[in-house]
Amino acid sequence: MSSDALALKVEFTGGLELLFDNKKKYTVSLPRTTDDAPTNLTHLILWLKDNLLKERPELFVEERTVRPGILVLVNETDWELEGEGDYQLKDGDEIIFISTLHGG
Amino acid sequence: MPPKPCALCHTERAIIKRPKTGQQICKDCFFRVFETEVHNTIVDSKLFKPGDRVAIGASGGKDSTVLAYVMKTLNDRYDYGLELFLLSIDEGITGYRDDSLETVKRNQVQYGLPLKILSYDELYGWTMDAVVAQVGRKNNCTFCGVFRRQALDRGAAALGVDHIVTGHNADDIAETVLMNIMRGDIARLGRCTLICTQSEDTIKRSKPFKYAYEKEIVMYAYFKKLDYFSTECIYAPDAYRGHARAFLKSLEAARPSAIIDIIHSGEAFEVAEQVQQGMKAQQTCKRCGYISSNDLCKACTLLEGLERGLGSLAVKDSKKLESDSTTAPDASMRTIPFFQRTPGAAAAVEEPTPA
Repeated sequence: MSSDALALKVEFTGGLELLFDNKKKYTVSLPRTTDDAPTNLTHLILWLKDNLLKERPELFVEERTVRPGILVLVNETDWELEGEGDYQLKDGDEIIFISTLHGG
Repeated sequence: MPPKPCALCHTERAIIKRPKTGQQICKDCFFRVFETEVHNTIVDSKLFKPGDRVAIGASGGKDSTVLAYVMKTLNDRYDYGLELFLLSIDEGITGYRDDSLETVKRNQVQYGLPLKILSYDELYGWTMDAVVAQVGRKNNCTFCGVFRRQALDRGAAALGVDHIVTGHNADDIAETVLMNIMRGDIARLGRCTLICTQSEDTIKRSKPFKYAYEKEIVMYAYFKKLDYFSTECIYAPDAYRGHARAFLKSLEAARPSAIIDIIHSGEAFEVAEQVQQGMKAQQTCKRCGYISSNDLCKACTLLEGLERGLGSLAVKDSKKLESDSTTAPDASMRTIPFFQRTPGAAAAVEEPTPA
């Protein structure tokens, strides 16, 4: 991995994997800066929508964030404690998206 | 951002922001407060008494999987003295329920709880696959919902249990309040926020997760690494509920207390006496003995429609079908076995096999 890229582990679970080719775990590489700013979680969400998402984007993204009802963990911590979309990604970060909208 | 310390123990790093309180707490404190709040709900509402036989309605999904785990944990920790069972309904949906039942079977072993599975096929003679083949995808949720409710009661009667607990959480209840308001369903609006429902002829049912947020249930399952199944039903989901859910989730994103606030609103509604007088009294179904507000219960009406090949009519115009049918069915028609409760009599269950 070159020094100008971030290697991230991304996981989809709780049924979200169905939108991502039925595959749960991905390793993705993003530039350290996006639109002249340090790459953050919002950039990752939009990148995932444009690059990995296979179907029904409205079930993953709403405006520039995840659809309400999708939980996000940054390195095993609720993203609400990490600044949500503004969280600046670091090399090696693990981001997990969990749908709460499936089944009971 | 620097790591934040837990608002409760002040030592460990916070990992979750609680939607109910906004508190930022660590993993161990989260497990403790989540479990303690469910315990407090159970105690405050006096849901159980020692020696009760309690069936956990288990679908293999997140809510019922967490419920089974927490019920077992609390029963051991606080010595409730309950005999717990897992009760699953097999709707007969290939590629969905068959997979989720595998999860329940693993839970049976993981939690050491006896399991009873009752299928629509054995009870009604129809799987949901067969129902959908006749009525299509539009109205099949009506069949499934009516059939499941009665199947749970009948499974519970077969187990000889006193009580069924289900995994309905605060989000589910708030969603139901909204739906009942939008449909003008006054009778259900009054009932849907009750933590425990019981009428003379049905088995007591309760919702220990009434005040538990879905976010916390999912986080609990995640951090405890619980084994649950999370695929959408392959038949069209209930579109009306879907809209209510999306609306509720948007409200929650703007203000997390919205969920509990809506439940409180639902609880605070009082149905005026003149409205109550207009509601139908409960009786028992003349055909199958199950509780009903008409001569024929909803399940018998729907089943008769299916048997006559008029399944869709049963949903759209059940009154017409009812007035056409006598309470005695044709001999050739499949009917539901008569409903009888035999308290204490246990049916054969699959004992958990050692892991």
